[in-house]
Amino acid sequence: MSEMNFMEKEETRRSFIIKIFSIFGGLLGVLVAIPIVGAMVAPIYRKTSKDWRSVGKVDSFEIGSTVLVKFKNTSPLPWSGITSQTASWLRRDTADKFIAFSVNCAHLGCPVRWIPDAQIFLCPCHGGVYNKDGSYAAGPPPHGLSKYPVRIRNNEVEILSSPIPITTI
Amino acid sequence: MNNLKQIWNWIDDRTGISEFIRPLAKHLVPPDSRWTYIFGSATLFVFILQVITGVGLSLLYQPTSETAYSSLKYITNVAPLGSFLRGIHYYGASAMIILIGIHMIRVYISAAYKYPREMSWISGVVLLGLTIGMGFTGQLLRWDSNGVWSSIVGAEQAGRIPFIGTWVAHFILAGGTLGGATLSRFFAIHVFLIPALLFGIIGLHLYLVIRNGISEPPKAGQPVEPKTYRQWYHEMLQKKGVPFWPNAAWRDMAFGLLVVAVVLALAYFIGPPKIGAPPNPANINSNPRPDWYLLWIFALFALMPRGIESYVIAFGPLVVGLILVMLPLVFNKGERSPIRRPWSVVIVVFILTMVGTFWYEGVKSPWSPNFGAKPLSAQVVGNVGPNAIAGASLFFKKGCIYCHSISGDGGHRGPDLTKVADRLNNYQMTIRIVNGGGNMPAFGSSLTKNELTEILDFLNTRK
Repeated sequence: MSEMNFMEKEETRRSFIIKIFSIFGGLLGVLVAIPIVGAMVAPIYRKTSKDWRSVGKVDSFEIGSTVLVKFKNTSPLPWSGITSQTASWLRRDTADKFIAFSVNCAHLGCPVRWIPDAQIFLCPCHGGVYNKDGSYAAGPPPHGLSKYPVRIRNNEVEILSSPIPITTI
Repeated sequence: MNNLKQIWNWIDDRTGISEFIRPLAKHLVPPDSRWTYIFGSATLFVFILQVITGVGLSLLYQPTSETAYSSLKYITNVAPLGSFLRGIHYYGASAMIILIGIHMIRVYISAAYKYPREMSWISGVVLLGLTIGMGFTGQLLRWDSNGVWSSIVGAEQAGRIPFIGTWVAHFILAGGTLGGATLSRFFAIHVFLIPALLFGIIGLHLYLVIRNGISEPPKAGQPVEPKTYRQWYHEMLQKKGVPFWPNAAWRDMAFGLLVVAVVLALAYFIGPPKIGAPPNPANINSNPRPDWYLLWIFALFALMPRGIESYVIAFGPLVVGLILVMLPLVFNKGERSPIRRPWSVVIVVFILTMVGTFWYEGVKSPWSPNFGAKPLSAQVVGNVGPNAIAGASLFFKKGCIYCHSISGDGGHRGPDLTKVADRLNNYQMTIRIVNGGGNMPAFGSSLTKNELTEILDFLNTRK
């Protein structure tokens, strides 16, 4: 066996071992990566409780009025603190008909304000305007305000805690 | 003294520090690389400043949705020099954005991105994106009402990406709503993820400077020819090159130190941005807007036509990124001098004008209703009779003043009505108020006949 042949053979054995180790290393890498990627995407897939949140007695809302109601959001965590709060513009249309509008402008999500005397919602960011029924009135928003499901139970007005409406193309 | 020298010699021998540093410090650079070459290194200076002050802030900051706000208050109001620390980090961020901008313009104008420095440009584009990412996530870590609402705005923007928009939006918010997991996410991205990438890519960016050398100042009639460039550059350096240290480096140091001094002065004398209301997503009296360097994008969103907006939000950054990455690959040879590339100057002037104009509009943001408007003063209204005076108070009460100004008071969303009676008659005004039109909502249903008459009486006195 010449020296040349010997070296080539050595090389093959070593490169085989390196290959095995590389595959093994790759597998270990994936194994470590899974929980990290998991931690990144887990919050998106977390089961959210679809809970009805009471926001007050039916009689506490005047017919024809629109008021801001605050309640716990759909996925509070023990350490959420004040950020577990969310809000909705609640309109009592008739004696037994309530509409709960998202406070998020349909344009880019800024908090819209209700101007009672003018009966419009105004967005402070880019000047979107909505009518009292939430429909689009003026400015950049692509559509009207989103609505949350709302119901009356035991003389209490309840809003279904829901994700922030995301405007898509 | 002798002992110290011996100790140093021992360390140097065993570690090879001098052997490693000397060729880097003494590498030859083109002789005329003067004051236009200082912006990249100044960016690096400020980046180091950001790392140091960032570590300082992290010693005091509480990265949870609940406690971040009170820890920010503590840093700003109680911690010794905490306000100064926050200020340095804030103005340092601003300085990085400005310096990267100037550095990029300099490289573009002098076409330093051509062969063999394409990867320098491309890695620089990645660094630009990462720095903007740092700016945005950093603004959100200032977790007050503005921070909370800005993250929602950020998520809504991501929502316009086709198909995966909602998923990306929820990825940013860490779920369907803003909450306990949101801030942890921004903290991890701002403090670990992006900085790790920054360290790596800055390392590559600097290594490429050593490998390919810094570009010589362009001369008209001296095009880059990939086949011969490296050899030509090498010979030019051997003939005329000067050592980086100290011939070129003193300018980098001088300017870098000046920038850091300015940042420190701003932090001390002006201080960091104020902490706003608590981060309560149910507090709707918030007026979220980005820090100054993104205000032009804020303006763009307000001013572009509604029909194209989703597409601009979704594809705009992608197209811009693609153009920037492709630039050195498509134009990798030929003339470098801006005299022979007049379009490069035109493009830079165009972009600066565009960004500057949008930025100026963003600062004024005339499209935002002026919720701070006060009722019109008796002086402005004048002695116009009881009906018109009642109309003037309705002008405030009904919210007209949020968007229309009279004699300087009010918003600028709609036309100035100081002299409205000169251009519209009573009938035209009635139609406009009742039916709305353009960016104005219809007020027909929210005004009584009497109120409408009073408002018209008032507006008819405005001439």
